[in-house]
Amino acid sequence: MDASSFLNTVTPFKDKMFRLAKRLLVSKEEAEDATQEVLLKLWKSSERIETYKSVEAFAMTMTKNYCLDRLKSKQAGHLKLVHSNYQDESVSLQRKVENVDSLEWMQRILTTLPEQQRMILQLRDIEQYEFEEIAEMMDMNQSAIRTALSRARKTVRESLIKTHNYGIQQS
Amino acid sequence: MEFNKVKYIEQLLEKYLEATTTVAEEQELQQYFTQDNVAPHLEEYRMMFSFFAVAKEERFTKNVPLTPEKRNVNYRKWISVAAVAVMIFGAYFGVNSYQQYQQKREAEIAYAETKQAFELLAMNLQKSKVQMGYLNEIDETTQKIFKPVNK
Repeated sequence: MDASSFLNTVTPFKDKMFRLAKRLLVSKEEAEDATQEVLLKLWKSSERIETYKSVEAFAMTMTKNYCLDRLKSKQAGHLKLVHSNYQDESVSLQRKVENVDSLEWMQRILTTLPEQQRMILQLRDIEQYEFEEIAEMMDMNQSAIRTALSRARKTVRESLIKTHNYGIQQS
Repeated sequence: MEFNKVKYIEQLLEKYLEATTTVAEEQELQQYFTQDNVAPHLEEYRMMFSFFAVAKEERFTKNVPLTPEKRNVNYRKWISVAAVAVMIFGAYFGVNSYQQYQQKREAEIAYAETKQAFELLAMNLQKSKVQMGYLNEIDETTQKIFKPVNK
């Protein structure tokens, strides 16, 4: 497999890898480094890449594992929580969002979720993967994933209601 | 109509919280909550789904430095090929020159041996030449004896 066909293979999901990395590592730079690292690892094993049932699921699993390792390692102790803004992305969508602060709130709420729930929420609600695919990526069974997802969604909703009410009381 | 729509969305949301909605149903929810006309009591969902929509837009913009890796591999491969070539050449010429050296040595030894043999021969010849002197002596004496008789 040469460089261009490898890039063609990974292009459809490299953004998803990056977003999952960012959801876990929070910092944009860290997530970029992690994505690069995982892509290079994939490239090194590109001889075997055709033998995998789903390269995308494999890549997502690698990203997940790499980021969890990063979080566990000592270096991760120096990780800064960088809440990057979305100013340069999707201007039309941003216009619909009256309050950019609410996006930051959502980010902050997500970082309070346990890593597993955070990943599952990311894979389902943002990347819109089927449960079957998520089960493969997370190496969990589907009912466990549904339980975790349900918990995550409820937690996010409750935190948002609290924030929202707090906001109203303040004004 | 509007009321029915909200009712339907509320039902979907209930399923959504239990994680029993399909991807298609979740897309419906997303569509509803990213439009302008959202029921006020569902405000928190509007925040959630707008966030999901925006978060999906984030892109990985860094390049993946694949080529140096590849070039490195090639470089290493060629170095080993070159090393093997040097070794083969070295072995070939090495053996060759060793053989030449060996032949030269043999020739030198043979030359020395022949030289020694010739010297031995020359020495013996000299010896025999000295011994031939006695023959002359005989000749002279016979002449001394027989010359006066002939006169």
